[in-house]
Amino acid sequence: MAEERSVVLEVRDLSVSYGKVEALHGLSLRVHRGEIVTVIGPNGAGKTTLLSALIGLLPLRGDLVYLGERQSAGRTVEQLVRQGMTLVPEKRELFADMSVADNLLLGAFDRYRAGHRDQLETIDHVFDVFPRLMERREQMAGTLSGGERQMLAMGRALMAKPRLLLLDEPSLGLAPLVIREIFRTIAHLRSIGVAMLLVEQNARAALQVADYAYVLETGSIALEGPSGSLASDPRVIESYLGLGGRH
Amino acid sequence: MDLQIALLLGQDGVTNGAIYALLALALVLVFAVTRVIFIPQGEFVAFGALTLASLQAGKLPGTVWLLLAMGTVIALIEGATAVRAHRFRRLPLILLLNCGAPLLLAASLLAVSPAGLPLPLQVLLTLMLVVPLAPMLYRLAYQPVAEASVLALLIVSVAVHVTLTGLGLVFFGAEGSRTPAFTDVSFEVGDAVLHGQTVLVIVASILLIVALYFFFERTLYGKALRATAMNRTGARLMGISGDLAGLLSFTLAGAIGAFSGVLISPITTIYYDSGFLIGLKGFVGAIIGGLASYPLAAAGAVLVGLLEAYSSFWASAFKEVIVFTLIIPVLLWRSLKTRHVEEA
Ligand SMILES: Nc1ncnc2c1ncn2[C@@H]1O[C@H](COP(=O)(O)OP(=O)(O)O)[C@@H](O)[C@H]1O
Ligand SMILES: [Mg+2]
Repeated sequence: MAEERSVVLEVRDLSVSYGKVEALHGLSLRVHRGEIVTVIGPNGAGKTTLLSALIGLLPLRGDLVYLGERQSAGRTVEQLVRQGMTLVPEKRELFADMSVADNLLLGAFDRYRAGHRDQLETIDHVFDVFPRLMERREQMAGTLSGGERQMLAMGRALMAKPRLLLLDEPSLGLAPLVIREIFRTIAHLRSIGVAMLLVEQNARAALQVADYAYVLETGSIALEGPSGSLASDPRVIESYLGLGGRH
Repeated sequence: MDLQIALLLGQDGVTNGAIYALLALALVLVFAVTRVIFIPQGEFVAFGALTLASLQAGKLPGTVWLLLAMGTVIALIEGATAVRAHRFRRLPLILLLNCGAPLLLAASLLAVSPAGLPLPLQVLLTLMLVVPLAPMLYRLAYQPVAEASVLALLIVSVAVHVTLTGLGLVFFGAEGSRTPAFTDVSFEVGDAVLHGQTVLVIVASILLIVALYFFFERTLYGKALRATAMNRTGARLMGISGDLAGLLSFTLAGAIGAFSGVLISPITTIYYDSGFLIGLKGFVGAIIGGLASYPLAAAGAVLVGLLEAYSSFWASAFKEVIVFTLIIPVLLWRSLKTRHVEEA
């Protein structure tokens, strides 16, 4: 039954190296339409490496099928963005000396270049999702608080109307209340049909919101399964959720 | 020196300073977006001035051959890439853009006699001949090494500069050219005479600066260039590729250079190698702005123009020395006050 849902992203036997050091060792995963898939794992497991390789910032070995098309080894970030893949990076990578509104508009740059002229409508949708950004639209991105910066990074990504959103530790460095707000937004995005690959150290929050989960340890998938059953797996409880787990 | 001479020199200084300011802005732009120190900026000034002079003299400017040659090489490279990727549908566009357009331009130069055309059309033809050379240079010389260090890119710039200067000698010969003044109107302001040419240069420079400001503040492409300068990775993730930003910033720099050449050609006799010194003065202005601040770079460039004008009066033999010595206290002050530009 699961096979009937359309697959957005399928990765088989993916390996990524930094120079001679291999950071990811042949991992496979799959994201279906309208689904949140999470990859949890400790610091240094290779989560950022995975997303960077998927979006084309790092060269990879293995098979990558996105929206039914096999991606060539020479694929570039720009080609993937054009096909609706968008990364919200761990470091946010905002344009610090530009206003919130300009940051958001630049999120729609590729669609603008492709001839779409609906940026102002899209920005209104983003403001619906993140009312806080609306209040701060004229403020410079570099002066925002940590939570607002994360919202801006996500809002900017939404401006591209992504078919697959890659989220790299959206909870990193944020206060618990803000984390809850961010995860509520992630759940909302799922309800409007955005497929997401969410990478997190915060296993508890990630497993709560996701449909399917993988556990990444030192560059390999250690466990996988529906989030609910993974959340009750003793190994996960012991390493990631037990006695307060992380955070 | 009496007031009248002081005003006259000031006028000269501001006129040249306005042109240096344009060049300084272009240098800051190119450096911020691509980390290239664009030494060949000056060659665009010389090519602009000399191409206009050639057209007015009824000669076919040599820049047309350069345009054709570079276009052909790019078409071959891009064509081979497209064939290898089995994207045959791109071939017509590649040919049209890189070979068709230059050929059309060359043909129209032969068909009409540019010497008889009105000045604005001559200027337009000059820009059409010279400006595309800049993105073509980026494509051929810089794009393949775009990720290299600032120093490596600087070495490429020196090589491109030397090559273009040599080509300038081949195209335009060793004699200098000066185009007739755009206007011989002049105004009496008190005791001093204000030349229409001066006013024209200053107004054109200001208009261009305002247009650039508008481009960077109001258009999505301008914002995309600023975004690339601010955060390269962030910009790539928005689909703003380094190549796109590089081509765009080089096109702007080429346009600013060629247009400056057109502006300066009635004021100064331009030789095939005059561009370097002119560009270098823009560079001093850009350094004053730390290769980062547009307003400071423009102000610094005007200062350079004024300093040059007054030192030519008091110590004309040393005027270049005085201008370039200015860079030493500025660099000292900068190295004490600020941290160095990060090497990516
Ligand atoms: N630029 C890099 N060069 C070399 N090794 C790196 C680089 N970035 C990350 N690594 C290594 O790759 C492994 C995975 O890192 P990363 O993907 O950042 O982990 P995570 O995001 O899960 O914390 C780590 O061992 C890290 O040291
Ligand atoms: Mg990480």
